[in-house]
Amino acid sequence: MNEAEGEPVTTVTIAGPDLRRFLDGLPGVDSVGAEARAAVLASRSIKTTAKRLALDLAISMIDLTTLEGQDTPGKVRAMCAKAMHPDPTDPTVPMVAAVCVYPDLADVAAAEVKGAGIHVASVATGFPSGRASLEVKLADVRSAIAAGADEVDMVIDRGAFLAGKYQLVFDEITAVHEVCQGRAHLKVILETGELVTLDNVRRASWLAMLAGADFIKTSTGKVSPAATLPVTLVMLEAVRDYRQSHGRQVGVKAAGGIRTAKDAIRYLVLVNETVGDDWLDPDWFRLGASSLLNDLLMQRTKLATGRYSGPDYFTLDS
Amino acid sequence: MGKFEYAPAPESRDVVALRGSYGLFIDGDFVPSTGDGVFKTISPATEEVLAEVTEASPDDVDRAVSAARKAYERTWSVMPGRERAKYLFRIARIIQERARELAVLESLDNGKPIRESRDVDIPLAAAHFFYYAGWADKLEHAGFGPDPRPLGVAGQVIPWNFPLLMLAWKIAPALACGNTVVLKPAETTPLTALLFAEICQQADLPPGVVNIVTGAGATGRALVTHPGIDKVAFTGSTEVGKEIARAAGRKKVTLELGGKAANIVFADAPVDQAVEGIVNGIFFNQGHVCCAGSRLLVQESVYDQVLESLRRRLTTLRLGDPLDKNTDVGAINSPAQLAKIRELSDSGEAEGAERWSAPCELPVKGFWFPPTVFTGVSPAHRIAREEIFGPVLSVLTFRTPAEAIAKANNTPYGLSAGVWTDKGSRVLWMAARLRAGVVWANTFNKFDPTSPFGGYKESGYGREGGRHGLEAYLDV
Amino acid sequence: MSETVAASSAPRVAVRKTYKLYIGGAFPRSESGRSYPVTDHKDNFLANAAMASRKDARDAVSAARKAVAGWSGATAYNRGQVLYRVAELLEGRRSQFTAEVRAAEGLGARAAEAAVDATIDRWVWYAGWADKISQVRGAANPVAGPYYNFSVSEATGVAAVLAPQDSSLLGLVSVVAPAVVSGNTVIAVASESRPLPAVTLSEVLATSDVPGGVINILTGRTAEIAPWLASHMDVNAIDLTGAPDDLADDLADAAADNLKRVIRPRSTDGDWTGSPSLHRMHGYLETKTVWHPTGM
Repeated sequence: MNEAEGEPVTTVTIAGPDLRRFLDGLPGVDSVGAEARAAVLASRSIKTTAKRLALDLAISMIDLTTLEGQDTPGKVRAMCAKAMHPDPTDPTVPMVAAVCVYPDLADVAAAEVKGAGIHVASVATGFPSGRASLEVKLADVRSAIAAGADEVDMVIDRGAFLAGKYQLVFDEITAVHEVCQGRAHLKVILETGELVTLDNVRRASWLAMLAGADFIKTSTGKVSPAATLPVTLVMLEAVRDYRQSHGRQVGVKAAGGIRTAKDAIRYLVLVNETVGDDWLDPDWFRLGASSLLNDLLMQRTKLATGRYSGPDYFTLDS
Repeated sequence: MGKFEYAPAPESRDVVALRGSYGLFIDGDFVPSTGDGVFKTISPATEEVLAEVTEASPDDVDRAVSAARKAYERTWSVMPGRERAKYLFRIARIIQERARELAVLESLDNGKPIRESRDVDIPLAAAHFFYYAGWADKLEHAGFGPDPRPLGVAGQVIPWNFPLLMLAWKIAPALACGNTVVLKPAETTPLTALLFAEICQQADLPPGVVNIVTGAGATGRALVTHPGIDKVAFTGSTEVGKEIARAAGRKKVTLELGGKAANIVFADAPVDQAVEGIVNGIFFNQGHVCCAGSRLLVQESVYDQVLESLRRRLTTLRLGDPLDKNTDVGAINSPAQLAKIRELSDSGEAEGAERWSAPCELPVKGFWFPPTVFTGVSPAHRIAREEIFGPVLSVLTFRTPAEAIAKANNTPYGLSAGVWTDKGSRVLWMAARLRAGVVWANTFNKFDPTSPFGGYKESGYGREGGRHGLEAYLDV
Repeated sequence: MSETVAASSAPRVAVRKTYKLYIGGAFPRSESGRSYPVTDHKDNFLANAAMASRKDARDAVSAARKAVAGWSGATAYNRGQVLYRVAELLEGRRSQFTAEVRAAEGLGARAAEAAVDATIDRWVWYAGWADKISQVRGAANPVAGPYYNFSVSEATGVAAVLAPQDSSLLGLVSVVAPAVVSGNTVIAVASESRPLPAVTLSEVLATSDVPGGVINILTGRTAEIAPWLASHMDVNAIDLTGAPDDLADDLADAAADNLKRVIRPRSTDGDWTGSPSLHRMHGYLETKTVWHPTGM
């Protein structure tokens, strides 16, 4: 726990039945109100200079992702090339924040982006379902790190969470955190689409942060709904409140279903008006996406040239 | 300067074609006054003159009432309900078609943010006409007897805070029930009413069914005291409401007046949504809302947390050009209203409350007041008792539900109240005991044409909206 | 040259309409491939209409069931808006409908026009009920205890509606609209001998904002299709108006297997021009009463 001077810190260790009581005692979320707030923020009109800034910021926050059964080294290499040079005709386009792959292709990704300043994120712990023994999950994490990943995106055990076994979920996260400590940043995927209620999203967010998450992440992208504005709003409120009470800043990653530049900008507005400047940085906010990048590039081009563009003018990442 | 500053995103004014001057709308046409009174309407955000408007003389009011009477007797009250309905459906449709134009005009004349006029005022106005259109041919099913009859000619005076919406709340049910109307919009916000008159022409509404007489206090007085009207409907200050009640005589009267609503936040409230509800409750429409949650009653055990969250939230409110799509807080409607807000706020400080305002840059021209919160407020302070009608929140505390009820009800007003708690039974227990015509639980400032709205005690009598809203315009 | 001259003096051949079923927002022919000739009141051939089979009926029920959640979940305001827009489209096709009603029922021009006008006004009347019927039916009930108790109305679900045999448009609309206004979805069986205005109505629905599956229209032999709808366990209500008495009794019998809500024609229906009673809306609405304690 950060004990920087003047910052409020909670020193009580929360575990077992206390953990359950703490999480269940968090303030509830009125879903109608939360959705209404998200909708008002989604109606913000981001134009001209603000739009230019937002597009570039969004690009720099992308974890460019491929997580398919049919992934090959060739596919991963092509995606990495895109990550480093999103638009070969325009060197002013920023690089993305990271590439995101399965653990057995992390070595390929690491080799491709070496020295470029892009992170290598690997999913782990039996992604996406999380249905495997702890032993297998930890081995999965170790193999990802050994292959060169400097970020690990783990999944929580949603079955255990929904069955009320918060301590089990907590212990798994701390075990993974221990393996990652000092070698990789840990993102904890809550899979909010399976948690369903915003109350659960709040509880799971706190659980993950208390257990040591560096980032909390909405979704695997394999379940619908994935990231949504109301869910991300609740998670941003959680990281804000957690920093206030525990003095530690945790990042947020919205992943899955974010396809258009318009969507991405809405997420940035959400971050801006919920937690502000401290999180408006790729170190603290990420967008997990694949096709989003080309739409951002298209919008960027339109702003620069004044014309609508078409897909022929942007490289595919495979 | 934050990292992510929003560039100006102005809604274009081009959609509105302002005339240099406007006449009165009597008997289906725009006509000059028999007198020579004129006044100007300005944009409260820039102080520019928008147009010249005619001031209706008592003679003009007389003409309008005669036109309404003639239309009532010969056309409107004898027309089958299903035909009246179709006129109202047409009007609703045209409001939807001209929605953008109406929204921009409303923001120009009133000072409210375009996002609110676009997303709240105009859609609700259209919906109100749709709803009441459907009652016109179903009155026998409304629970007022097998053949409820209209009252005759209604004189209607509306305020400046939701100009077109208040017009819809008055005209739609009146016409649906078979009455004809003479309506006076507020003197600082006549323009959307005058555009509405054009819409009546586009809908081919028979002449005289709707008449719009613009003017100020004198015109209003001439209208509500006119012997030729059968019904008075007024929305405005409690002070003027009482005058009208005294002068009413035999006429049927409904009044929708002021308020000093308590917004009650319990320790187990969904706190982030409660903070939004507090903000919405008092800063929506710059606090120019009769049902505004102008008193925050927060449970003492969560006072610090709620206030801190509230102040933090208020720093993200965007105050400025009403036509900018990202503006949250617009201009105060008039210099008179601004003076009143300032006077009461100064009294708050003088009486010992602590004043805090959201940091925001106020434009040089126009009438502006930053969102302001007073803490350390006691029930005896003027800012706890008097309606400020501006973006000023007075914060008080309570310990138990019963104490919250006592404090909430300890006012001559009784228009609305808010309750924030996760506990269903407490919501209902509080709702049963709050002496207010509208109770919002875990939400605030929600309006719908199907939902009856109106006050207890000195907030007025009568209801607008819903099946209940028909009663005001029927002889029952 | 000569061809152009010849062409201008030859009578123009009309493109005739094909009359298909309307299921799930689409226009399929009957899966049975059958059709039957429709004649006017003088026995002249008008067109071949699709003859719906039990499988078409089954498909229509399936489409109607799929559409219930979305339609009953829409706000009453939205339903009212959607239905009002249908009236706008009906008004636009006034002359087409007048011609079809004339041909179907043998009415004079003015009578046919009056029937079409009444149809449009009837539809508007029902559209205006969408956001009011629950206010007229519902209540907060003053129970003798510390409870808040309120009764609300909910759509019963999927309704089979046998349209009147004689009144090909006004009667049809008078039995279909009351079901959908409150969120139910409908499989309507058109008049057997006068089905063509019903098919044109389905064209109006297809070009409106009414979601596919909310109203499905089958043409064919009433006695063949109706029993399959009356006995279908996933149909929640049935309006027997278009069934002759002996068939109606059999249908009511079959409907009892899953206790469908049954609506019977009334003598007050008359020629459908009178102001409707509310019983056809009540018939498709369930009442749900909720209790909640009030306590601090």
